[in-house]
Amino acid sequence: MQLIKPDININFVGLRYKAFMLSGAIILFGLITLFARGGLRMGVDFAGGTLIQAKFNKPTNADEIRQSLQGIISHAFVQQVGARGDNEYLIRTDTIHEELGSLSNRIQDELDKTFGQGQQVLRVEMVGPKVGHDLRQKAFHAIFYAFLFIAVYISWRFEFRLSAGLAMLLVMGLGIYLLDALGLNAVYLIGGALAVTFVLCWFLKLPYALGALLSLVHDILITIGIFALFDKEFSLEVFAALLTLSGYSLNDTIIVYDRIRENRNKDKKIKFSDMINGAINQTLSRTVLTSMTVFFVILCLFLLGGSVIHDFSFAMLIGVVTGSYSSVFVASPILIAYEDLKKRKTPVTRRAAARAGDVQPAAKRSAQEAADSKPARSSKKTKKQAAGQLAGEK
Amino acid sequence: MKSLGIRALIVAVILVGGVLCLVPTFTSTPLPGLSNILPEKMHLGLDLQGGIYLALEVEADKAVETAAERFVEEIKDALRAKKIGFTKVARTGDWDVEVVLPSNEQLNDFNEALKSDFPRLKARATETTSEGTRLILTMDPKEVNDLRKMAVEQGLETIRNRIDQFGVSEPDIRPEAGDRILVQLPGIKDPQEAINLIGKTAVLEFKLVAQNVTDQDIRENKLPPGVKLYPMRPSDRNTQETKIPLEEKTALTGQYITDARVEIGGRSFGEVQISLSFDPQGAKIFERLTSDNVGRKLAIVLDGVVYSDPVIKERIPNGRAVISGSYTDEEAKILAIALRTGRLPAPVKILEERTVGPALGADSIKKGVLASAIGGLGIILFMMIYYRFSGVIADLALVMNILLILAIMAAIGATLTLPGIAGIALTIGIAVDANVLIYERIREELRLGKTPRAAIDTGYQRATITIMDANVTSAIAALVLYGFGTGPVRGFAVTLFFGLAANMFTAIFVTRIIFDYLLTERRVKELSI
Repeated sequence: MQLIKPDININFVGLRYKAFMLSGAIILFGLITLFARGGLRMGVDFAGGTLIQAKFNKPTNADEIRQSLQGIISHAFVQQVGARGDNEYLIRTDTIHEELGSLSNRIQDELDKTFGQGQQVLRVEMVGPKVGHDLRQKAFHAIFYAFLFIAVYISWRFEFRLSAGLAMLLVMGLGIYLLDALGLNAVYLIGGALAVTFVLCWFLKLPYALGALLSLVHDILITIGIFALFDKEFSLEVFAALLTLSGYSLNDTIIVYDRIRENRNKDKKIKFSDMINGAINQTLSRTVLTSMTVFFVILCLFLLGGSVIHDFSFAMLIGVVTGSYSSVFVASPILIAYEDLKKRKTPVTRRAAARAGDVQPAAKRSAQEAADSKPARSSKKTKKQAAGQLAGEK
Repeated sequence: MKSLGIRALIVAVILVGGVLCLVPTFTSTPLPGLSNILPEKMHLGLDLQGGIYLALEVEADKAVETAAERFVEEIKDALRAKKIGFTKVARTGDWDVEVVLPSNEQLNDFNEALKSDFPRLKARATETTSEGTRLILTMDPKEVNDLRKMAVEQGLETIRNRIDQFGVSEPDIRPEAGDRILVQLPGIKDPQEAINLIGKTAVLEFKLVAQNVTDQDIRENKLPPGVKLYPMRPSDRNTQETKIPLEEKTALTGQYITDARVEIGGRSFGEVQISLSFDPQGAKIFERLTSDNVGRKLAIVLDGVVYSDPVIKERIPNGRAVISGSYTDEEAKILAIALRTGRLPAPVKILEERTVGPALGADSIKKGVLASAIGGLGIILFMMIYYRFSGVIADLALVMNILLILAIMAAIGATLTLPGIAGIALTIGIAVDANVLIYERIREELRLGKTPRAAIDTGYQRATITIMDANVTSAIAALVLYGFGTGPVRGFAVTLFFGLAANMFTAIFVTRIIFDYLLTERRVKELSI
């Protein structure tokens, strides 16, 4: 059986500007929603507060529950979860009680008073502001370090530039460590660090790492935007989903990159963008099949897995779609964009070189020498440059 | 390339080992002779079996403040004994002690007394004011540090003892950075009582009820020096809170208690009371206290609340006391454990509390397993339809993959959580990806006109690199998640990581053996792919 025909050749690369615009529009829309709502609705894990899940033995509604708890917690947010007949509700409040064990007891008492004996408090999660703050800090750092390690690995495996990657890791890791000591706000610190990392990737000539990381940012921003749109709560589980979907999205990206790595040494006459388009088409069958299987499994979790992992699977569902999309429409086209920009720079230097007279052969000679001393690394580089130049001449 | 037989043997050994590791988890009858070697039953997370997770903070500063208070009392006693006059001795700031002497004359004597009796205190500042000579005494920073550390260590020990006596099957109580204590009590039926018990500071004090204080004095708040009002424990919920004047000086503390038990009896029939036994030193103090104050009332104060104030009828020589009051059986049990295990050196407060009722845990397991099973079955069917016999081979690898994840988790004693189950479900999706990659590649090679043998060789060779790169990056995400996360999230990272590791083995190594067997032993000419 075959879903995707083997000789399929869709011009994905040609669609890249449209795709960039679509991605940009979705991300922008998400960010606007985010700002309009005044930020994500943080769950108790990150914001601090109390979450209670209770099961009632008869039908009730949010207002009744809120009223019965009025004496203990103000501004309770009550929401029904699970099937309608389950009578399960989530009650959320900013209130926390640091004295041991007072709150859940009192909630049980109040519920029993209003609704009669036998109401079940299924779970209580209370997170103090200090822990919430710590978790937020840790979450931002976790995302950043995941990105950094991934960038190093990709630089090593796809550009044979382990030392450049490690240098980047060292600089960024040390920088963050020192800036942490100053007690900066994690959002700005990590946001800034990510931007610096992208710039570093550019200057260290690590387009593969850059493409992979940008597609991750793309996926995460879209997921967060959709969470803002649906006004869903951003909890610890959702954060775990973000890291996992990063791993999954990367998985996809790497499989396309792997084919690009294989193809870039095969046929040097082919145009760079055509080579990339070929790689995307050759892996398309696999991309579609795997996205489908993973999507199906997560859909099962989303529909049948119960309320506790509902939001986790929701985030993952978005992630699977954007992850596959971004490996085709973000990660790969960025390689082309990088080549294009590099090409636009090279003619200038070439013209300058021509003016200087007999420099080009000398440069060729030195490149040859370099290739002799470090065969694996430099030969790859010259090949890539050659491919780029040929593409430029066409 | 290693011979087919050796490779098959490796797989067989791992498979048998994996199955054995899971025997204790899925059956209750131990295997004869093997029960010592095999790992225990797999641990289930709090979210699956219900229980409490608590992150507590010991307010260590309070312990230092208490130490400063104690110094104040001791300095007063020492100055009185040495007949050195003083105007004021009190705690000031966080944990400094302020001493005011009537004039400079006492300064030399005081400094000498300080040096000989309180080597751990240093005079930080001395100044002469209109009131007299004012000194600020401060504790050595190292001393403060030791006190804080001790408060956390003792707090940990006390909480551990209390939980042990309360009876929890697999408690996990451990210190964390920043004066924190993590408490995990899985499978507990009455979470609230456990929390109440942990939080009882259990500072027990005996104080004499102040004499010559009328109700009018209390109302007008005109209390003689050294007397303070304490709240009385209400006998039932509807009674209004009353206050009682006590001498501030503590006559006896709970540190001499050797035992505390719940007894039924006392003044009225069936009333629950707690009987206390003192050690010899405590008994001596108690005897002197009671013989000196026959006819007066002695208040028993627990955590700043007066529990009862019986009249001392006669000298009590045997070192026994009873706290009566109206308790429920549960309250009395918790109180007795708290008194027996001693006081917390400093109060604790909750930073984080997660309580999962057993009903939700069971429900989560049911739903999580059901969702994963349906997802897994769907994929198994899909692979069979899409890749025919090769799909069956991939399915075998998939089943072995799941088996190995569980076996590794049981073997290293990792904890299975609900997100962990989600992680396994996700692994199912990702596991077939490896085989999809290999098969798509083989199909490609076959289309180029290669023989099955050559197509399989190239397919595996190329796909192995791809799978490795893809899995390593996912593993990086899993490792970071593990380093970041707590509890359930960690459980997810663990299953994801081992899923990826097992995937490399089952999807590449195991399926290859089957293909090689088909090609070399069965001499299959055409692939069913």
